[in-house]
Amino acid sequence: MKVTRRQFVKGGVAAFTVTFAAPEFLSDLARAQGARTRNLVVLYLSGGNDALSTLIPYNDPNYYSRRPTIAVPAGQVLQIGTDSSNVALGLHPRLTGLKQIFDQGKLALVQRTGYENQTRSHFLGTDIWSTANPNDSSGLGWVGRYLDSLPSPVDPLIGWNTTGALPHVLVAGHTSVPSIPSAAGYSFSSPNAGAEATAERSSAIRISSHVPVDRPELAFVYGTAREALATLDRVATVAAYTPSLTYPNTGFGQALRAVAGAMAKSIGTKVYYVTTGGFDTHSAQNPNATNGSYYTLMATLNDGLLAFYNDLKNQGLLEDTLLVSFSEFGRRISENGSQGTDHGAASVMMVMGGRVSGGLYGTAPNLNTDPKNPTLENNAGDVHYETDFRSVYAQIAENWLGTNAASVLGGNFKKAGLTFI
Amino acid sequence: MARGASTRQIEHLLRRAGFGARPDELDYYGQLSTAQAVDELVNYQSIADDVDTFIGKAGYLGTTSNGAFSPQSNITDSRQRWLFRMVHTDRPLQEKMTLFWHNHFATAYSKIAGTYGATEGARYLAAKPSEDPGQVRGQIEMFRANALGNFRDILIAVAKDTAMLVWLDGRTNTKAKPQENFAREIMELFTMGVGNYTEPDVYAGARVFSGWNLQQPGNAADGSRHYEFIYNAAQHDTAAKTFSFPIYADGNKTIPARAAADGMQDGVDFINALAANPNTPRYLAGKLWRFFVSEFRDPDPAWVERIVSVYLQNRYEMRGVLREVLLSPQFWDPSSFWARYAWPVEYVVRALKDVGWSGFSASTALTPLANMGQTLFEPPDVAGWDLGKNWFSTGAMLARMNFASTLTSNQKFNLATAVKNAGAHKTADSLLSYFLDQVATSPLDGGVSSELANYLRATGAWTATDAQLQAKSSGLVHLIVGSPEYQFV
Repeated sequence: MKVTRRQFVKGGVAAFTVTFAAPEFLSDLARAQGARTRNLVVLYLSGGNDALSTLIPYNDPNYYSRRPTIAVPAGQVLQIGTDSSNVALGLHPRLTGLKQIFDQGKLALVQRTGYENQTRSHFLGTDIWSTANPNDSSGLGWVGRYLDSLPSPVDPLIGWNTTGALPHVLVAGHTSVPSIPSAAGYSFSSPNAGAEATAERSSAIRISSHVPVDRPELAFVYGTAREALATLDRVATVAAYTPSLTYPNTGFGQALRAVAGAMAKSIGTKVYYVTTGGFDTHSAQNPNATNGSYYTLMATLNDGLLAFYNDLKNQGLLEDTLLVSFSEFGRRISENGSQGTDHGAASVMMVMGGRVSGGLYGTAPNLNTDPKNPTLENNAGDVHYETDFRSVYAQIAENWLGTNAASVLGGNFKKAGLTFI
Repeated sequence: MARGASTRQIEHLLRRAGFGARPDELDYYGQLSTAQAVDELVNYQSIADDVDTFIGKAGYLGTTSNGAFSPQSNITDSRQRWLFRMVHTDRPLQEKMTLFWHNHFATAYSKIAGTYGATEGARYLAAKPSEDPGQVRGQIEMFRANALGNFRDILIAVAKDTAMLVWLDGRTNTKAKPQENFAREIMELFTMGVGNYTEPDVYAGARVFSGWNLQQPGNAADGSRHYEFIYNAAQHDTAAKTFSFPIYADGNKTIPARAAADGMQDGVDFINALAANPNTPRYLAGKLWRFFVSEFRDPDPAWVERIVSVYLQNRYEMRGVLREVLLSPQFWDPSSFWARYAWPVEYVVRALKDVGWSGFSASTALTPLANMGQTLFEPPDVAGWDLGKNWFSTGAMLARMNFASTLTSNQKFNLATAVKNAGAHKTADSLLSYFLDQVATSPLDGGVSSELANYLRATGAWTATDAQLQAKSSGLVHLIVGSPEYQFV
């Protein structure tokens, strides 16, 4: 964007910041001055999603020989074409909604995402994906670091965690993100009514405004109480949100309903965290029966995301929203003796949104068992990564959040061709 | 008897080695020296284990159930029974260590119930043998029985525990297709900790436990049919297994090939090796430090090594380890007082002990606990709950404040009566001092007590009528129990 003197004067600081940070996109300050907002939704599939059951290389004979009881039959998959290496791919049969979104060009699937020497530990793995740091995963979350980079003062509702406990990805140095598992339950109650209750509430607010010195742990709890009390009224407006359609009655569906509500009510939140779990399918994975465990996981995922997508579309918010998914690892290629799969390595990431350039990114693994197979690792037991997961984050940081990816991610991970946004 | 301990010390001890102090506990332990009090807590075998017999009796925390109270088969009732024990037990350290083990070997009801149904899920987690037709001892009863037991024996019992065999899929571990889940977590989370084993160790560990499955004896007609551990020799991988760390005292890292009939010894040898590996007590010591001593400072390395040597010298007996922990100077250092974030169950149980339980039902605490992030028998994953400041999201903090509201609303009458009986109701200031004394918190930040005094004066002159005493007592205690200072133990 070329900024003329006239635009500069008219747009003031906003126009200046636009040229400064990310030419094509609006900065936060610009949005604060009336431009449309941009929302990021981070979705965590907890337990290690079996990417080979989500996005299926249904013409690879090794997929069937290595998974005699849990492969999805070729005739059942939802075909979505071939990737750049000419491997035919299909979505899990229950992902009919994601197929629609894919067909509309608003869903990108990035194959074989991971990192070198990927851990098989749930906890270390989750920390690494959350911090974007395979070498030291004890630091701040990558989204937390982004929030820290925003100009102060940062609105206490800048983020919205839909679970009860703050996930590592949102842990920031000096920006706190409220955890609001239920907008309706996010209120201050009192043993008394009327004037007594009012007096109590104002007293609680006054007390929470204290900032204890030299007691960092106590100060932390004070901060939490303060943020909670400061955001009650705006959260209450979200509890009153009426969506344009009915969301599934799952925890995941209801969390996405709240996210859409917060966006529709324009309460100022920009970063959201949602999760759905149960992906640690060591046994009875059963992706084919309608009551099978993986089938149920796909149902929850699909129905929640489809409702969210359509609701945002109906509310005119789709263009302002980008959702990205991650999971701590993919799973072992060969099934185990329990009709399940053990911890593996690379996985698939999903990016969904109104401005996403959908399609298949990266190439599928070849599942042949040759220990030298370059698309695999661990004696051809697991999928080897092709795209560093931080390259996906980098693309989002620069081209969606309009921030400096290298400074948020601690290095330059931009990858050519990864142009989903 | 020597009267050495101050109230402040006894309260610290009972917050950590128990769930806070009931008035009768304060009286009892207050007569003892700190060393005597520790002895009393650690050697609980001599104290009657009869707490369950008081469930449903007047004067105790209530329970509410659909039909007969069935903690052996209904998980909601199992949760209420455990809360009841935390409030009323006279063996607080046993209950505290049971919670420690529940978090350490974190097993979630939902997967057991999803596999065998809700009734069976509660049974394998919480049934007592005496109340089950098949004499099933649920996992939590196993932890209670071994609360200060031998860590090696606990590991063996865990490896054979029905709920664990479902939770980490051991029941499907066969020789053709070894199942890695339990083998990985026993090294990563239960014993040595991440960084002290390799991926090939996980694969070898899975083969060690091949054939450690379930069988279903008993008969359906009398309800005695149940799942229990069986060593299934036909499903055991008999080949040798080599590890990156010593398995035997001579440093040998290989479990030898054995006949299938003798193959169960593989698992015993492996568990013996894990129990004996110094990384295990080092890992445990770190957790014990953060649970009993302090979350505000890192474990003192000398302290950790002391615990490691006590553990090894006592051949893995946890009773000696806990005595060492609770008698250590680091535990009694005033900087350790209030230096831990309260877990939701600790918060709830201590609030009940401080504010009162008469007329309150444990069932009323279950939803608030879920909102605070801790549902008993439902840890989020095998690593247990995220502790420390992770408990304190905004939503969880509100849930704590709101539980304080629910409890004080319920206890309005009792609070007003108590302050009146103590003669502390005549002025706002005397009422404030009374409740700040009854409901102890970490030191209040400067200015907070004058804010509390302002609250007492906010809605009009002090009349000390029953109506005012009820409103102000409950409102004040709500603010205290909901305060940041109360969220520490």
